[in-house]
Amino acid sequence: MLRVEDVVQTPVEFSPGLLNQFADVVSRYPKDKQKSALLPILHLVQAELGWLSAPAMDKVAEYLKLQPIEVYEVASFYSMYFLRPQGKYMLEVCRTGPCCLVGAEKIMDHISEKLGVEEGEVTADGMFSWRGVECLAACGFGPVLQIGPEYTFYEKLTNESVDQLIDDLKAKANN
Amino acid sequence: MGRKLLLEHINVPGINTFDVYRSKGGYAAVEKALKALTPEEVVEEVKKSGLRGRGGAGFPTGMKWSFLAKPEGVARYLVCNADESEPGTFKDRYLMTYIPHLLIEGMIVASYALGAKTSYIYVRGEMMPQIRILERAIAEAKNAGFLGKNILGTGYELELYVQPGGGAYICGEETALLESLEGKRGNPRIKPPFPAIAGLYGCPTVVNNVESIAAVVPIINEGGEEYAKVGIGRSTGTKLISAGGNVKNPGVYEIDLGLPVEEFLYSDEYCGGIANGKRLKAVVAGGSSVPILPANLFLKTINNEPRLMSYESLAEGGFVSGTMMGSGGFIAFDEDQCIVRNTWNFARFYHHESCGQCSPCREGTGWMEKVLHRLENGHGKASDMDLLVDVSKKIEGNTICPLGDAAAWPVASAIRHFRDEFEWHVTNAAEAVTRNYGIAHYADPLPKKEEVTT
Repeated sequence: MLRVEDVVQTPVEFSPGLLNQFADVVSRYPKDKQKSALLPILHLVQAELGWLSAPAMDKVAEYLKLQPIEVYEVASFYSMYFLRPQGKYMLEVCRTGPCCLVGAEKIMDHISEKLGVEEGEVTADGMFSWRGVECLAACGFGPVLQIGPEYTFYEKLTNESVDQLIDDLKAKANN
Repeated sequence: MGRKLLLEHINVPGINTFDVYRSKGGYAAVEKALKALTPEEVVEEVKKSGLRGRGGAGFPTGMKWSFLAKPEGVARYLVCNADESEPGTFKDRYLMTYIPHLLIEGMIVASYALGAKTSYIYVRGEMMPQIRILERAIAEAKNAGFLGKNILGTGYELELYVQPGGGAYICGEETALLESLEGKRGNPRIKPPFPAIAGLYGCPTVVNNVESIAAVVPIINEGGEEYAKVGIGRSTGTKLISAGGNVKNPGVYEIDLGLPVEEFLYSDEYCGGIANGKRLKAVVAGGSSVPILPANLFLKTINNEPRLMSYESLAEGGFVSGTMMGSGGFIAFDEDQCIVRNTWNFARFYHHESCGQCSPCREGTGWMEKVLHRLENGHGKASDMDLLVDVSKKIEGNTICPLGDAAAWPVASAIRHFRDEFEWHVTNAAEAVTRNYGIAHYADPLPKKEEVTT
């Protein structure tokens, strides 16, 4: 399993393709307001690298002409940014009131059992992790979960549909 | 059945594409506004419509627009609040997913009215699929000449961008949203100055909810006065209600404001009653932040009059026996649900989402969560209910933004209306862990759908 301690000093280089996407984002804001690009750019970096390491955040700071702390404080404030490595597939289950009325807690128990890891842990093969997240604005279709970086959405979950989903993801990864 | 002003064409195949949307009369409001009306006249129509902010606060949209400062040579911004995160609310996701051009059209008309040349739609980051849908819709609209320079040859120019959030409920608060859009932590700002004077980048800014902006389209097409004929009293027009929890037919419904709640809850056209033949125990009518009501007080006001789905009727009785329209996040609880557990769940939510700026909210939400957790898990004390009310009162009104109030109200109202259930959790601690309290004296006075005449 990838550990924070092992990778924290690994230097990061952004690909030309990623830098082009950065430039496109920055062009949406007035001159000298490039800091507005911070949240979208962190999403792009996380989609590419899987999580936000300190060197990756430093590199973003350099690109946007910000102090590193301005990036760290944002990355640590918002719940979508991962400050440590996660499984390739992070299953995020809504755990807020309305979803719990229709069985979200049981779904989380089932996922934990099926994957054999507790909330926030990564499976031994590095494939999966899961966590409860707050309201995903799909209360009529609960229980729901999402999987980044595309944030594909799965509604009206049952134990069977969750099993199917996890098996499909495993099959996809093995191909 | 009421008229559908927003969702009339929602089931038309391909309505998410520009061509189909246009063929159904889409973008007529842009043509009318830009070619036949001045920006001031557009604002006037929205004022006449009586439209009230659909994000939760219910502040008149036209009035909000008219407060916008217009200093010479300073940019003005329109920012759409699509950070839909209020538990129970999922109408904006629905609207953006299935009929994105309605929002784009509303954004163009509203930006024109406000004199904005760059506008942003701030979408919560988790809604990446909706972000892609909106970006595609914007590209289509631009391609057809409805965005960019010299729109429809009128000389008006507008660029529209989608901004993803990072996952923070607090960014639904408009000044936190602006902070976030500037690339910072979502800490709400002290007001005044209000965004209308100093908003995005310190410039005059209007922040409106997705549904408010979409409603501008029928208002311009039909005229503000026609729009105001729908609804009841000061609750004009239609409203999207997200129905969830234990209703039989969960989903997003467009209702004429003023629809009786009983009809909304029990009619097959809407919620279809409570799922699995159960009885109604309680309702949260406007998203998790508004006070929870027991079934009897929800269906009828304290004066024994039928309650209506309107800003005024839902609020009748104040917080003693009423609630709020909020964002229209309608959560029904059946007889098997535990009010203590749900209150703990909501308290945990607000603790998690507090930005941490103000001590009463940062600390108080955590205390409430912990006390409720021990009550739910059989370790509660008889004094805990008073303690919770005390903490909630010390949060309410003592914070920069309304998140503090939103955290305090669900706890205070749950204890107000369901105190016996909380007490039962203390006196029957072991039992409370394994069994729910049930429905008790606040039972649904109208339990069976067949008995309801509409």
